[in-house]
Amino acid sequence: MKKLPTWIDILLIPLINLAIALFLSALVVLYIGEDPMDALSIMIKGAIGSSYGWGYTLYYATNFIFTGLAVSVAFHAKMFNIGGEGQAALGGLGVALVCLMFPWPHWILALPVAIIGGAVFGAAWAAIPAYLQAKRGSHIVITTIMFNFMASALLVYLLVNVLKAPGSMAPETGRFIEGARLPTGHDMLGWFGIKFSKSPPVNISFLISLLFCFLIWFLIWRTKLGYEIRAFGHSESAAKYAGISPIKIIMVSMLISGALAGLMGINSVMGESERLVIDSVQGAGFIGIAVALMGRSHPFGVLLAAILFGILYQGGAELALWTSIPRELIVVIQALVILLTGALDNMIRMPIERLYFKMVRAGT
Amino acid sequence: MIDFDTLLQVLDSSVRLSIPLLLACLAGLFSERAGIFDIGLEGKMLASAFAAGAAAFVTGSALIGMLAGIFASIILSAVHGVASITFKGNQLISGVAINFLASGLTALIGQNWFRQGGQTPPLSGSARFNEITLPLAELLRDVPIFGKIYYELISGHTLLAYIAFLIVPLTWWILFRTRFGLRLRAVGENPAAVDTSGISVVRQRYAAILICGILCGLAGAYLSTGIGAGFGKEMTAGKGFIALAALIFAKWKPVPALWACLLFGFLEAIGIRFQNIEIPGVGTIPLQLMQALPYILTVIILAGFVGKAIPPKAGGEPYNKE
Repeated sequence: MKKLPTWIDILLIPLINLAIALFLSALVVLYIGEDPMDALSIMIKGAIGSSYGWGYTLYYATNFIFTGLAVSVAFHAKMFNIGGEGQAALGGLGVALVCLMFPWPHWILALPVAIIGGAVFGAAWAAIPAYLQAKRGSHIVITTIMFNFMASALLVYLLVNVLKAPGSMAPETGRFIEGARLPTGHDMLGWFGIKFSKSPPVNISFLISLLFCFLIWFLIWRTKLGYEIRAFGHSESAAKYAGISPIKIIMVSMLISGALAGLMGINSVMGESERLVIDSVQGAGFIGIAVALMGRSHPFGVLLAAILFGILYQGGAELALWTSIPRELIVVIQALVILLTGALDNMIRMPIERLYFKMVRAGT
Repeated sequence: MIDFDTLLQVLDSSVRLSIPLLLACLAGLFSERAGIFDIGLEGKMLASAFAAGAAAFVTGSALIGMLAGIFASIILSAVHGVASITFKGNQLISGVAINFLASGLTALIGQNWFRQGGQTPPLSGSARFNEITLPLAELLRDVPIFGKIYYELISGHTLLAYIAFLIVPLTWWILFRTRFGLRLRAVGENPAAVDTSGISVVRQRYAAILICGILCGLAGAYLSTGIGAGFGKEMTAGKGFIALAALIFAKWKPVPALWACLLFGFLEAIGIRFQNIEIPGVGTIPLQLMQALPYILTVIILAGFVGKAIPPKAGGEPYNKE
C-alpha cells in the first residue's frame, strides 16, 4: 500500500475538512438570515484583530492545547479518552486546593505545586477507567463518560457542602490570595515594555502549554516509552509479541492523558477565575477531541488546531454580541469538524488518494 | 417511614421518568446488537424533542409533532450510518459529533424560529400527549391498596408511555423470535458469517439504526410533548447517557432493560422528591450521590464484579469485506 505524502496527509486533508465544515456552517448562517462573509470577518476581527481579541483567543487556545494533548496521547495508544471533561474538572479541584491550602508568597512557588496538583488529580480521575480497561476489559469510552458525570456530581457536592466560601451564596470557593495570582499577558509583555490589553485572561499558562507540546512530542517520538505507546496503538498483538505489556501501556498513557487534561486547571481556575466555580471546564474537555482529530494527534498539529478553535471561540462570542447569530454556532462548527475529520475521514481521503495516485502515474 | 400515598407518588413519578430512558435504551439495543455503537442517543433525543416541540406548537397536534421528532432523529441516524457503515468511520467519534450537532443546531434554530432563548413556546391541549385514564380507574380509586395502585400508578400516563412498555416485549419478540432479529444479532456478533450466507451486512445494519432512530424519536417526543410542555434548551440533560448506562446494566437484553430503566427512573424520582435522604445510623445521603448512582452502578457492572456485561462481539468494528 502506497502512502500519501505528508503534506497532503497532515495539511491538505485537514484544511479541506475545515473548509467543508465552514461551508456547511455558512449555509446555517445564511439560513438564519445573516451574511456569512460578514460573520466571518466579524469573527476574525474579533479574535485576532486586537490585543484584546488575541488575549482571549490564546486563553481559550491554552485550555484546548491541554485537553487536545490529553486526547492525543490516549489516541496514540488507541484509547479514546472521552473523559477529558471530568479529568479537567478534577484537575481544577487539585489546582484550587493547592492555591487555597498554603499562604503562597509568590506565584513562582505556587505555580509548580499547582501544576503537580492539577496533574495528579486529573490522572487520578483517569486511573480507575484505565485500570478497568487494562485489567477487566471494561470499555474505556463508556467508563470515562460515566466518570464525567460522576465528576460533575462530585464537584457540585464539594462546592455546595464543603468548599463554599463562608458567608457566600454562590457555590464557589473564596478568591485565591495575591501570592497565587499568575501573571497575565499584560503583566508579562509589560516586563519588556510592550503594551497589551489588560482585561483578557491569557496568562503564563499559555507558555506552560507550549512547553508541554514540546514535552509530549519528545515523549512520543524520542523516548522508549513513546515508542512502546505507538507500537501498542499500531498493533496490540505485535506489541505484545515484542514484550510490551498492554497493562502498562494502557495505564501509563491514560494517566498521562488525565494529567494533561487536569493541567487545564492552571489556566482556567488559577489563571482566569482565581477561584473554583461550578463547571470550570465548560466543554473544553470535549473540544480536545476535535483538536486532537484535527491536529492528527501531533503536538504541533494540536497547537495549530487549538489556536484555530481559540479563534472560533473568541470570534463566536463577538458574533453573538454584534449579530443575531447565537454562540451555539461554534458548537455546530465543532460538531462538523469532529464529524468530518474523525468519522467521515474516508469520505475525503479516498477520492484524494485516488486522484493523487492517478496524477503520479500520469506524471511518471 | 414514608406512607403509602407518598410511596405511590414516588413510584408513579419513577415510571414517568423512566419512559424516555426506556425508549432510548431500546433504541441503543437495536443499534448495538447489530454492531453499531451509539453514544449519540442523547443528540438524537434532543433533536427529536426540539422537532416534536416545534411541530406540535405550529400544527397544534402532538401526533404530527411526534412524526417530526422521529424524522429529525432518523436524519441524525442516517448521518451516523453514512459515517460508520458506508465510510467505515469511527462509530464513537461519529456519536460525539452527533451529540454536538444536535446541541448546537437545536439552540441555533430554536432561537431563530421562536426568539425565546432556544425554547419553543409552551404547549397545551392537543399539542401534547395528554394523560389517559384507563377504564374503571375512577370507579376503583377508592378501593384500598389495589384500586389506588391501579388509579395512581397504572392509569394516568400518556399514550407514548404505554407504547414504550409494549415495545419491550415487541423488541424481545423481534430479536429472538424472528428471522430479521436473528440476522440483526448475527451482524453484531459475526458479520463475516452473515455475509457468507448471502445476506447484506450493510442493509441489516442500516435497518437497525433506522429502528434506533425511530425509538429515539419517540423518546424525544415524550420529553417535549408528553412529560414536558414544550422544548427547553439541552432538555435531555444526560438522559441519553443514562439510557446507555441502562443498556449496559441490562447486558443488552430487552426485559432487563425495562428493569434497569425503572431503577434509574426510581433513583431520579427519589432525588427529586427528597433532596437529601436521612438514613438512621448512616447519616445523610446527598442529592448528588443519588444523581451519580446510575453511573456508579454501571461502572461496577462494567468492571464485572457483579455479573460481567459483555457487549456484542463485532460492536464498534466497521465491516470490511475482504
